[in-house]
Amino acid sequence: MIWIAIRMLTGDAQKFYGLVFGIAFSTLLITQQLTIFVNLIERGASGTYNVSSADVWVMDPVSRTTDVNFPMPSTALDKVRSVEGVEWAVPHLRAGASVRTGEGDLEGVSVIGVDDATLIGLPKRMVEGSADVLSQPDSVIIDDVGVTRMFEDGTSPIGERLELNDQRAIIRGIADAIPSFTSQVTLYTKYSQALRYVPGTRNRLSFVLVGAEHGISPQDLTRRIEQQTGLRARTRDEFAQDGVDFIIQNTGIPLNFGITVMLGFIVGVAIVGLTFSLFIRDNIKQFGALKAIGVTNGKIRRMVAAQAGLVGLIGYGLGVLGTVLFIWGFSGNPTFKGFYIPWQIPLISMAAVFVILALTGWLALRNVLKTEPASVFR
Amino acid sequence: MAETMDQHKRTEATQAAICSRGVTRDFKAGQQTITVLHGIDVDIRAGELTYVVGESGSGKTTLISIMCGILWPTEGEVKVFGTDIYDLSDTELVEFRLNNIGFIFQQYNLIPSIDAANNAAVPLIAQGMDRLEAREKAVAMLEKLNIGDQADKLPSQLSGGQQQRVAIARALVHEPRLVVCDEPTAALDAASGRKVMDLLREVAVAEDRACIIVTHDNRVFDLADRILVLEDGRITHDGAEMPEGH
Ligand SMILES: Nc1ncnc2c1ncn2[C@@H]1O[C@H](COP(=O)(O)OP(=O)(O)OP(=O)(O)O)[C@@H](O)[C@H]1O
Ligand SMILES: [Mg+2]
Repeated sequence: MIWIAIRMLTGDAQKFYGLVFGIAFSTLLITQQLTIFVNLIERGASGTYNVSSADVWVMDPVSRTTDVNFPMPSTALDKVRSVEGVEWAVPHLRAGASVRTGEGDLEGVSVIGVDDATLIGLPKRMVEGSADVLSQPDSVIIDDVGVTRMFEDGTSPIGERLELNDQRAIIRGIADAIPSFTSQVTLYTKYSQALRYVPGTRNRLSFVLVGAEHGISPQDLTRRIEQQTGLRARTRDEFAQDGVDFIIQNTGIPLNFGITVMLGFIVGVAIVGLTFSLFIRDNIKQFGALKAIGVTNGKIRRMVAAQAGLVGLIGYGLGVLGTVLFIWGFSGNPTFKGFYIPWQIPLISMAAVFVILALTGWLALRNVLKTEPASVFR
Repeated sequence: MAETMDQHKRTEATQAAICSRGVTRDFKAGQQTITVLHGIDVDIRAGELTYVVGESGSGKTTLISIMCGILWPTEGEVKVFGTDIYDLSDTELVEFRLNNIGFIFQQYNLIPSIDAANNAAVPLIAQGMDRLEAREKAVAMLEKLNIGDQADKLPSQLSGGQQQRVAIARALVHEPRLVVCDEPTAALDAASGRKVMDLLREVAVAEDRACIIVTHDNRVFDLADRILVLEDGRITHDGAEMPEGH
């Protein structure tokens, strides 16, 4: 009977494609939008992820994320270094600045000052040049996505002179970094140099990056640092989450994506529900005849379930494939750098597809189950 | 005279195919309740072609629906080959229909997307028979109905008469002991209708099978072994021929 059910469905090509399209469309919308959403909000943690060697971030108690920070007096560094369990602690500066390019364009950038001696604070990999270039005078390293923003024509930025807050800066390397949420151009330089680039107040130490001694858990260390210094300390994972949470709480992104995902779901229910009901209505006589001949409601249920299952399988497959192709097709685009599909997302869209089909299948089935076998003689 | 004695004896000896006692059926129409059947007592014998005729609204469809287990009587009992079918559970009754009854509908009700042979094989497939085996049997039945060469065609590629023959094959393929048809020729022109009735007479009627046909078509009354006339929910005539004046 399952075979007959499948043939009944596929025999009506128009409705079959309509159903598959509805599911594929929903799957695509839900999977793709959730993927972009997750990857976008994870950008809130990019500042933390780019400094993978720091176990603990120490900051002023009011600082919230890598980008929303309040500088501390430079004495904070020594205070942190004196805490037991701290293997190393280095200064880290993050501030905004404006840059004037050779062509005279003005661009807002973020300047990151990394420890002069260890260069801790730089992204791990370089696209061009090495971390050592920072020892040359006025050196800065630019992030790879920043290159595409600042040098749109594709010229190499290496050797390019910039005017950074009225100071001279020369690009000598390109870092392979996860772009920030705003995809702002990031310039890495030595801490001492960064102090020159970022003028202003007495206090300019944004963070102290800490490595924990072997055998000491970052959690314990943060507690100890907070107790002894009165500063705020977060483990890398906590601070990454803080960055994500900040975006969730302070932007309309979750709402906007949530609305799109809901729309995907609703459109799926609407298209699939309507088409499924039409299909069942068109075949109600046949279902009635089957019931009269001697097909139980249980078997009819299984037939409709098989029809829904087939539609779900094909539509879902196409939808996920579409998302993969989308992500793959845009992988060269800097906005989508590093985008991936977290494994939970296909499961979520699968659950959504299941709910759509269960709901619409159940609605359509009700008509069949209600049909009295005696109606076939009318 | 001798013939009627004979027939009488056979009825006594063999159990009636359908045994309907005091069958009443009411329908609710808004506030009103209308009684469509008024205590029908009738036996349908196997080996015979029984016609049920009567004016529109007289209750023919209601009667045969009750006799074949797809409509519950308000009162009374129906035994089909000794089984009190409305005593069965829902699932048992469905199972009983699947194994014992063949249906032929006015609108054929074939599945449009599967070919003639598979349509005819539906009862066997529903019984759980392997699909290819069921198809083979269905093709054999189609051959018996002279449309073996149409086995691979979709219903939409067949004429009305051919579609009805596929439906007849579907009704007979699992060798049911009771075949019920409601106006099987109403959607056909006179010539194809006659052909279908001839075929039914030839193929459906068997020693241990009862066959009931509801029809309006007075041109085929000569094919019946027995004609029941229904008027306002009562059987007013029961004989081998139509009464005078009809
Ligand atoms: N499900 C129902 N609900 C209400 N009334 C019904 C229902 N089924 C049949 N009736 C009524 O019962 C009466 C007999 O109907 P039935 O279909 O048995 O007549 P029929 O002899 O088959 O007529 P026709 O020759 O037009 O097919 C009609 O008045 C009809 O309106
Ligand atoms: Mg009728």
